[in-house]
Amino acid sequence: MNKKITNFVFTLVFAYVLSLFLPWWSVMLAALVTSFLIPLKKTSVFLVPFLAVALLWIIQAWLLSSANDFTLAKKIAILFPLGGNPYLLIVATGIIGGIAAGITGIFGKQCKVLFNK
Amino acid sequence: MKNIKFGFSLILCIAIFYALNTKMGSLPPLGKFLSPNQGVWLNEVTESNTNSDIAIKELSAPVNVKYDEHLIPHVFAQNNLDLYKAQGYITAKHRLWQMEFQTHASAGRLSEIIGEKALDYDRQQRRRGMGFGAENAMEKMKEDLEILSFIEAYSDGVNSYINQLKPENYPIEYKLLDYAPELWTSKKTALLLMYMTKMLAGGDSDLEYTNALRKFGKERFDLLYPDFFDINDPVIPKEHDWSTLENVLPTPVPESEIPLDSIASTMDKPHPNNGSNNWAVSGEKSYSGHPILANDPHLGLNLPSIWYVMQLATPEHNTFGATLPGALGIISGFNTHISWGETNATRDVLDWYKIEFKDETMKQYKYDETWKNTSVRIEEIKIRNKESFIDSVTYTHHGPVSYDHNFKGKGDKEGYAMKWVGHIGGNNQRTFINLNKSKNYDDYLNALKHYVAPAQNFVFASTEGDIALWIQGQFPNKWKGQGKFLMDGSNPKNDWQSFIPQENNAHTKNPERGFVSSANQHPVDESYPYYVFNDGYGTYRNRVINDFFRSKEKFNIQDFKNLHNNNYNLKASELLPYIFKQMETSTLTSEELEVLSQIKKWDYNTEIDQIAPSIWASWWPKIFNLTWDEFEIEDVALDKPFTYQTIYMLKNHSEDALMDIIDTPKKETAKDLFLIAFKETVKDLLEWKKENGDYKWKDYKATFAGHLLQALPAFSRFNIPIGGDRNTVNAADKNHGPSWRMIVEMTSPPTALGIYPGGQSGNPGSKYYDNFIDQWAAGKYLQLNFIQNPESEEGILFTQTLTSNNE
Repeated sequence: MNKKITNFVFTLVFAYVLSLFLPWWSVMLAALVTSFLIPLKKTSVFLVPFLAVALLWIIQAWLLSSANDFTLAKKIAILFPLGGNPYLLIVATGIIGGIAAGITGIFGKQCKVLFNK
Repeated sequence: MKNIKFGFSLILCIAIFYALNTKMGSLPPLGKFLSPNQGVWLNEVTESNTNSDIAIKELSAPVNVKYDEHLIPHVFAQNNLDLYKAQGYITAKHRLWQMEFQTHASAGRLSEIIGEKALDYDRQQRRRGMGFGAENAMEKMKEDLEILSFIEAYSDGVNSYINQLKPENYPIEYKLLDYAPELWTSKKTALLLMYMTKMLAGGDSDLEYTNALRKFGKERFDLLYPDFFDINDPVIPKEHDWSTLENVLPTPVPESEIPLDSIASTMDKPHPNNGSNNWAVSGEKSYSGHPILANDPHLGLNLPSIWYVMQLATPEHNTFGATLPGALGIISGFNTHISWGETNATRDVLDWYKIEFKDETMKQYKYDETWKNTSVRIEEIKIRNKESFIDSVTYTHHGPVSYDHNFKGKGDKEGYAMKWVGHIGGNNQRTFINLNKSKNYDDYLNALKHYVAPAQNFVFASTEGDIALWIQGQFPNKWKGQGKFLMDGSNPKNDWQSFIPQENNAHTKNPERGFVSSANQHPVDESYPYYVFNDGYGTYRNRVINDFFRSKEKFNIQDFKNLHNNNYNLKASELLPYIFKQMETSTLTSEELEVLSQIKKWDYNTEIDQIAPSIWASWWPKIFNLTWDEFEIEDVALDKPFTYQTIYMLKNHSEDALMDIIDTPKKETAKDLFLIAFKETVKDLLEWKKENGDYKWKDYKATFAGHLLQALPAFSRFNIPIGGDRNTVNAADKNHGPSWRMIVEMTSPPTALGIYPGGQSGNPGSKYYDNFIDQWAAGKYLQLNFIQNPESEEGILFTQTLTSNNE
């Protein structure tokens, strides 16, 4: 359990720090490094980095958007289309970031497995 | 096993990266687009309330930019170079994507951004010679070193902004389409002016008229497309005396046959509603003794709006009004001494010449009994994710051979060359720069002299008490009938022989009637000594406006507002009473009688909560199309006669052979058309009602302002509740209308109101993106804060100081 929490926190913090000077895929890099250093098992391999980055993106998107009364989020939620619901867009943002991180987490774990051979 | 798992997860990882980093179809690259550190969330900002300093390239002194509550920037610079540099920077800051998109559209470069679907559009722009015209304009402007330095300063300002811009802060459209802005150039300013020239002076019907002439013969043609309608309330009052004009040399009509060719389709035309109103009353007719001026250009309703409002001041001049992002100075506005505004002059300045080539290579063409060499402009149209399309356009001395065997043309050895005033090139930027600093009528007149195209009715008022209106542009001095039809391009006598001397352009200064006005109607009456062909002149707004100003002695600001928002449907009022008298009603069902009684009660005011305007809007086009069913022939390009003449025909030639519907055995007359169209109208309206509820005008018309990118719904505004239709003074159509309403009273300093259907910010994430629309629709105005003292903080939200970053 502890390992999962450590992985979660580390992925989240690392993703945030990298995102300050790297493009969007910094979250993939964070998940890769974390899953290599703190390998998890079974579904957690995907799920923990998924949740960490999803949470990070959801918080960041919410902070940016709520400060502007969700003006743009409502419009982008028409574009996609999510019925103009800004909260759905924020969740979708989290899921996209989460998937990128989760899948990289699987890859990171496999690197570790191969490395330890 | 481990290796397989590793390989599989590696592939999966690469795949997800690729999928989220790449634009797929219309989907943006999702990872990039939605990430909080790079994507749209960073565009979720309203221009901030904080003061700041910004360093830009080579300013001679700091420039103060004060934003008021409408986000209108009030720019205070120490000299013109700094001023126009700051204008470029500030405009780019709020409208960069639009500036680039419009100039790409002008140059025929949209395929680079949106792919192959724009290819046909891009080819038309190239074949119209848009780049050719922009280069010629640039050459003219380069001869004027001061103008050149201003345009370069503006360009530097735009580029200072682009160079500071990090990809995560690109306007959202770049992120959506996944591309990056390129640097601005002086030529882009010329391209923007060409964009306006095409919009306002890029129309013609020569080839369609040639088809009509061939089909109907000269007598019928003249009846359907008269040079003057039977009513005329021209821009220049009829009582104007032209005998004082000097050097009037009419062009003799040459002996030449009209080539009666047939063409199946022609290039897209500018929007037929492009037009405008402007007017001014003299001090004597003004409630306060100061002249009052108004302008409202009618253009496509887009977001971001075509206009961007600014105050531009130096110690020498202080100017306020609407700018066109990409062009320098104020275009429609006022300064401390004068005010001015434009409407489109709608003159036939685009003609077509039939070209006979020596052979298929198109290297030589027949002219004056010899073979003259052509030149070729290679047009490389870059297409996103595809190989470039190369279109070689052949040029004659007339202009580009737009139609040839590669494009809508027919034979290998023939083509149609375009002669267009838009290709001549003009120093139009000089006109606007000079208007910005004009102090009186003479300055205004000198400013106009440089102006070539698109010809405009420039209305003028000054604090000195003068009002005036000049119809300014470079106009070919045509013989009677020249350019109505396709001409033989091998006969030198068919060329434009000369231009009307600028001083002989139609104009009026302080007319006795105490007001000047224009609404795209005929510029003059028959007594003007030059040939002016009816190029689709307006016949409704002008009469409502002029009748209003003849109706009483004094006018105040409220009168001006009322006139801007006047929805009286003169067109409907001239046909409906006739229909009610003529139409046979015995076969009408009770439902149909109900609808008829609804429209019979109409007072002709096209207001949002009425249902009669919807009945009219459904009924009229059906009558029009039934009348001219003879014009719907496959593979022959034809333009149907103008609205005014259609109503004239219905009322005065109601049994003409053209009234017949050719697909029926019966011989219909006008009153049959009214009935058939009416029954169809009721059917349509009842169907509409079933789906959408009551057909109130605002719902039925459903005015919208569409985002420049194909009216992307997410960034557009729909169902804007505004009255009027395309023929009312408040010319608010479905996606077209008053794009900038301005009223200026010539007090010292002038007092002004203005509004436009958009907002100052180009960012859909900003609250300033479309915040004027509701007030605009309701006929309200912003009080324009014409700041006199650069130190004043009254009504200012925040200030940005532009400083030099010379290192």
